[in-house]
Amino acid sequence: MHPLTAGLGLKPVHYSEAAECAAAGLWFEVHPENYLVDGGPRLAWLDRVRSRHPLSFHSVALSLAGTDGPDPAFLDRLARLVDRFEPALVSGHLAWNRCDGHHLPDLLPVPRTHESLDCIVSNLGRVQDRLKRQLAVENPSHYLALDHSLGEDAALGEVAFLATLATRSGCALLVDVNNVHVSANNLGFDAGAWIDAVPAAPIAELHLAGHSTDPALGAALLVDSHDAPVAPAVWALYERLIERIGPRPTLVERDGNVPSFDTLLDERARADRLLRACAGVPRTQNPLRAVA
Amino acid sequence: MTTLAEYQRGFAAALLADDAPLAAMPGFAVYRNTLMKACVDALEANFPAVTRLVGEEWMRAAATRYVHGALPAGPMLLDYGSTFPDFLAAFEPAASLPWLPDVARLDRLWIEAHMAADAEPMDASRFAAIDPSAMLDVRVQPHPSARWCWCEHSPAHTIWSRNRAEHVDEAQIEWQPEGTLVTRPQEVVLYRPLGPAGIAFMDACATGASLGEATLAALDAEPGAAVPALIASLLEAGALSALLPASRFESHPDPHPDPHPDPHPDPHPDPRPTQSEQRNP
Repeated sequence: MHPLTAGLGLKPVHYSEAAECAAAGLWFEVHPENYLVDGGPRLAWLDRVRSRHPLSFHSVALSLAGTDGPDPAFLDRLARLVDRFEPALVSGHLAWNRCDGHHLPDLLPVPRTHESLDCIVSNLGRVQDRLKRQLAVENPSHYLALDHSLGEDAALGEVAFLATLATRSGCALLVDVNNVHVSANNLGFDAGAWIDAVPAAPIAELHLAGHSTDPALGAALLVDSHDAPVAPAVWALYERLIERIGPRPTLVERDGNVPSFDTLLDERARADRLLRACAGVPRTQNPLRAVA
Repeated sequence: MTTLAEYQRGFAAALLADDAPLAAMPGFAVYRNTLMKACVDALEANFPAVTRLVGEEWMRAAATRYVHGALPAGPMLLDYGSTFPDFLAAFEPAASLPWLPDVARLDRLWIEAHMAADAEPMDASRFAAIDPSAMLDVRVQPHPSARWCWCEHSPAHTIWSRNRAEHVDEAQIEWQPEGTLVTRPQEVVLYRPLGPAGIAFMDACATGASLGEATLAALDAEPGAAVPALIASLLEAGALSALLPASRFESHPDPHPDPHPDPHPDPHPDPRPTQSEQRNP
């Protein structure tokens, strides 16, 4: 099986425990945007975690779907950070956040058109060339149906769009299972059909996270809030996916209402057990308790 | 047919406009609120003393106004808000709080020190090893993390440092100008008051002056100042690093790095969407 099993998002409140934890196969994902500093404690802490665990860089600012493209200065700094920390995985989002010199700190939606596809393939080429790495691209959470907003050139379904993107750009895919669940709910498609249709070969990483219901609209609008445990329906989609495609490095994300490190480790252990089971690897005796 | 670039420009404009047609769609509010919350959260995290002094509600309202005129220029939100002190100085609701822009400047200096390049600070023993005959000609440069600021119109150092500390200090504040020195010789950001002589000394060092020239600048600014004590204080704070002649100062790594991270919250969480409901004041 893949050397990376289940990982956790690295939160500053957990730096010490993360650096000291000896759980087998554990890795940590960070947003490199939080480490684009010249020096200081952030880089020192990331060095300490990196000395013990593999890292994954999950960028939130590449603006892969933006017509302005990735910020060249940012890309240079990201490349230096990748060279320094040698993350096992590097990923970004099928979204845009850069427009007319402004950075919009959000993952903004892009209509699935041929023009968008050309734009993203071009941007991915620049990023992958500069980083000298294959990038994994994450499917977004959808809150708006945009497919017909740009006229007739809008027929590609999301799975077909992602598959074409991977073929044309050579990128990998990061499937966020919670995003599939949230989007299916909000736009009214079948999450299971999406999970069954996504091509296995390009998938390099999976994400699991919690969501919440919108306070005004209730369950009609699910929000990818990352502030709760992974929902049962998302676990079910995850099992369905890895039974078909086999194990992939899987991140358990929590960005709000961050619980204790041990609580996150327990949630991560569930993903780890499922990955080991589907890989046919015998389960070890509580590998996650083997903390030095 | 709308091009992708036109669509994105329109979408970006609608994120900050109240009456855009897109804004009528419930899902659109998720993007709008996520954008604004990310910016406002970052400003609140980057200006903790300002927030503590004015309260969260006032801070978030002021930050929201600031965002409309100054979206982030880059993806590192830790660096967002470099012009927030100037914004506060011109912000009419803050007119009755003349010390507030100075406090914001000091919060900003803390961030700059936190992010600055690492370098070995010059310590007292290495300073003492300088050949006395060459002492006046030696040039020292400020440590990359060192920041200093004179606030002419308020006791900003006292107000600011009390509002960075966990404990509450209710002692009477003497209303007088104050200066501040912020440094990060290792991993932890330090700060201390700095008088006119110290400000002039650091200004001179930053322009490449020799120790002799910096000493004269300090005495010009504050006649009778105790310059040896000032230099000892600067060395203790880690405010200086060696410049010329470089061979006199051997650098060696600190064998005991401080194990404590700065208690600064992570200002750049995953840009998770918030609810469609507008929650900012």
